[in-house]
Amino acid sequence: METLMAYAIGVLFGCAVYMMLRRSIVKLVIGLIILSNAANLLIFAVSGMTRGAPPLIPEGLQLPEGAVADPLPQALVLTAIVIAFGVLAFSVVLIHRAFEVVETDDLDQMKDTDT
Amino acid sequence: MLLALIILLPFIGVLLPVWFHRHGRTACAWATALPPALGLVLLFSQAPAVLAGEVRRFSLNWIPELGLNLAFRLDGLSFLFCLLILAIGLLVILYGRYYLSSDDPMGKFFALLLLFMGAMLGVVTANNLLLLVLFWEATSLSSFLLISYWNGRSDARRGARMALTVTGAGGLAMLAGVLLLGHVVGSFDLDVVLASGELIREHAWYPVILVLILLGIFTKSAQFPFHFWLPHAMSAPTPVSSYLHSATMVKAGVFLLARLYPALSGTELWFILVSMVGLITMTLGAVTALFKHDLKGLLAYSTISHLGLVTLLFGLDTRLAVVAALFHIMNHATFKASLFMAVGIVDHETGTRDMRLLSGLRKYMPMTAMLGLIAAGAMAGVPLLNGFLSTEMFLGEAVAQRVLGGWSWVIPVVAVFAKVFSVAYSIRFIHSVFYGPSQPEALPKPPHEAPFFMRAPILILVGLCLLVGIVPNLIIGPLLAAAATTTLASPLPYYSLAIWHGWNLPLLMSMVAMVLGTVAYLNFARLLRLWERLPAVNAMDAFENFVHDVVIVRARQVTGRLENGSLQHYLSLLILGTVVVAASGLWGLERLNGGVPLSALDPPSVAIALIMMVTAIYSAIWHHERIAALMFLSVVGLGMALIFARFSAPDLALTQLSVEIVTIVLLMLILFLLPPRSPNDSTYAHVVRDGLVATSAGIGVGVLAYTVLTRPQQTISDYFIQNSVTGGGGTNVVNVILVDFRGFDTFGEITVMAIAAIGIFGLLDGMRLFDPKKDPNVQWASDKYPLLLLILNMPVLPLALMVAVYIFLRGHNMPGGGFIAGLIVAIALILQYLANGLRWSNNRMQWDYHPLVGAGVLLAGLTGLGSWSFGAPFLTSAHDHFHIPLLGEIELATAMLFDIGVFLAVVGATLLILANLGKLKSLDTASEENR
Repeated sequence: METLMAYAIGVLFGCAVYMMLRRSIVKLVIGLIILSNAANLLIFAVSGMTRGAPPLIPEGLQLPEGAVADPLPQALVLTAIVIAFGVLAFSVVLIHRAFEVVETDDLDQMKDTDT
Repeated sequence: MLLALIILLPFIGVLLPVWFHRHGRTACAWATALPPALGLVLLFSQAPAVLAGEVRRFSLNWIPELGLNLAFRLDGLSFLFCLLILAIGLLVILYGRYYLSSDDPMGKFFALLLLFMGAMLGVVTANNLLLLVLFWEATSLSSFLLISYWNGRSDARRGARMALTVTGAGGLAMLAGVLLLGHVVGSFDLDVVLASGELIREHAWYPVILVLILLGIFTKSAQFPFHFWLPHAMSAPTPVSSYLHSATMVKAGVFLLARLYPALSGTELWFILVSMVGLITMTLGAVTALFKHDLKGLLAYSTISHLGLVTLLFGLDTRLAVVAALFHIMNHATFKASLFMAVGIVDHETGTRDMRLLSGLRKYMPMTAMLGLIAAGAMAGVPLLNGFLSTEMFLGEAVAQRVLGGWSWVIPVVAVFAKVFSVAYSIRFIHSVFYGPSQPEALPKPPHEAPFFMRAPILILVGLCLLVGIVPNLIIGPLLAAAATTTLASPLPYYSLAIWHGWNLPLLMSMVAMVLGTVAYLNFARLLRLWERLPAVNAMDAFENFVHDVVIVRARQVTGRLENGSLQHYLSLLILGTVVVAASGLWGLERLNGGVPLSALDPPSVAIALIMMVTAIYSAIWHHERIAALMFLSVVGLGMALIFARFSAPDLALTQLSVEIVTIVLLMLILFLLPPRSPNDSTYAHVVRDGLVATSAGIGVGVLAYTVLTRPQQTISDYFIQNSVTGGGGTNVVNVILVDFRGFDTFGEITVMAIAAIGIFGLLDGMRLFDPKKDPNVQWASDKYPLLLLILNMPVLPLALMVAVYIFLRGHNMPGGGFIAGLIVAIALILQYLANGLRWSNNRMQWDYHPLVGAGVLLAGLTGLGSWSFGAPFLTSAHDHFHIPLLGEIELATAMLFDIGVFLAVVGATLLILANLGKLKSLDTASEENR
């Protein structure tokens, strides 16, 4: 399972980078979304692939029975998911604004906007 | 403490002149004079002890971790320099009061002067090398400000810039040298460094240290080949030239030669470097000075020459040379400062400093002429004046040294040669200005004598020249002895400060130089023609061309190559760089598999992972079809949610699911608003290049993930699991971490969300839009609002809200919480917009979303602050059990309030973003919505 997960993470990263290197700014955004998914998956996976043991403590007990999944990376990834959405929203609106001003979504044409 | 006060006084007094400026120029000068006068009194109170050979110390820890302490020492050497700085400083203040015109901002001038004075005092009294470097830089900076005092003049600005660049660069070299020195010795404490001479000289780094520190010294003291900045610094007001660029700041370099003499001197390298640089500088300066037509230019090159003489003395291998060097520093300060002041008077009263125009001024300003004559005599080394004594000592040591082995005779010969020119330019200075036919009509202003108080400082200095020249032992004997003892760090060699030593070789050399110098001046016109045949080098232009070439042309070439404006280019470089760095780390591993047994493949997970990989690749391949790419993208996101659910992360699965929905809605809106076609993309070469970059990045991260996954690891989460119930009052550890243990992170996060939302609100404000419906190539759906969605949506809203409340309430103990509940509510409300249209929804939800965001962040913040009122740190949580009818036993924690804040912020931010984007869309289509 670990090997497969490493493959999945690698493929996601590769696709994300490829999309980010396209000229269209929309594709850059799609690349960013895949990248944030890939990064979340990486953080989540390296904390251990535990099945059937969520970090919940049964009612009335002080400690969970037996080993549970690592809660800290989960909390970090949860935050990352929401932040990624915020950043994404901001960047697409920024793109939008840029599009309105320069009337292109081609990154190669955007670099000379101040001339 | 008294000692620290001497250095601090000028700094404390910096604001005095600025304040007193409004009370007139005399009041301003008096106020400025106060700190140095007090300092002088304090200094003299230390005189008996210091002259008896004691060292006064003061130390205060500043940044002990770096070895930087506020440590000061007052010994013979620092006493000598403090005296020069304070006493000449006072005279310069008096002089400056009359020199500056009423248009010049006097407050600024005196404030800068005090700043410089404090920095200079710091240099000469610092007992810590780092502190010394600090003050050293401060003198460069204040010198820069003073040179550019008349900042409306371009020559002042250019001169200031050049001085700062040269001395600043030297200062950096010196800092490097000092850091190495401190590393070798193990301390920056000057006491320790001075006592470790043996250790330093035998260390392998000694040559490096020496060269670096000498670079700092030579640039500061305008030694060849860095001398060119000093003549251009003469665009400063003359009091500044007199004070900084002849008497004190340029002496900082030779001061450091003296200060570090016990630690660094005594090696072949020191003797050769220091004496040769000194010899060249002395000769070059003296020869050039003779041919300068500007009075200040003549004095500047003469200063360079005399500084070279002092440097040369420090580089000679006799101990008496050090005594001569210190003696000459004092003498040069007195006669050169007074000469500069005299030039200032000439300039002030005639309007020019050009010796080709000036003539016969003796008639108009007899006092100034007299004082100038004596001071120039001292400069030329005429008997009965102080310059004569130190010059004799210098010539004596030049004969006695054996620095160059069989070639040592070169030094005295060159010394006499330089002395000839020194005599010649001294005669020229006096003769061409004060003697000869008077022609007042050629001058810009009718010449007249300066006011008495402007002449008074010169009078005092010239008086000193005479007194020292006639009764040297009485005036400066003890001071010189104390300073020399400190510098040599051992008992003094025998010397005598008498005027008459009998007929000896130095006296003969002096007389030869006097005669030849006079002859040279008589043949000045002929010499000048010879000189003018030499190629002229404009140091300023050469320097500025060099700087322009390095900073502008070369740097632009490099920058232009790296930064060509293409985002793809930057990203490729960044990613490849990261891959290389990470790969070099992985290279050292013996094997990739870390030995932890792999878990078995389980079919559902394999299916999910494969689907994710395939869809991700598809979205990359089909990126030209944006809608298709988006669909694939959402499958990747859903796959993520399933992975989270499969591997024990229910909270994550819920969050990912709801965010995925919001994201897709957002992207649909944006795609709707952007033109449907992408720019014609990449050539084949680009695809291959990007493919390679992407593949290497993918492989890199995959390998990294594999190596980490197969290695045993330790987690810090045990603490959170153990304290979740007892400390946080919740059984859902992830939620407890979010709202309690790491509540501060979450607080920061909702703030980021809020900022993003507000930013979007601002960006969308007043935006005009591309109307997609005008594009004839796109087919749009004919249904305005799908009926099925409309009907289904009605019962969904209350249900969704109820689910959200449930999810929120149980969040602390079961999967759920503020984030997820907030996202669910947001989705339910967005659904209303999607199903019913904007107008319908806006009529029913007539509130703004930004107050909601603000309220959320505020509530979370206040909850955190609330714990302060109970004396607990920010965001400490309290919890207890409550029995609520119908709901049963419920545990409430203050963290719940915090979670409400999170909830509100998430709902508000999400809706603010989406509703505003949706509104944009509707601007054009609003008219069609009337139904």
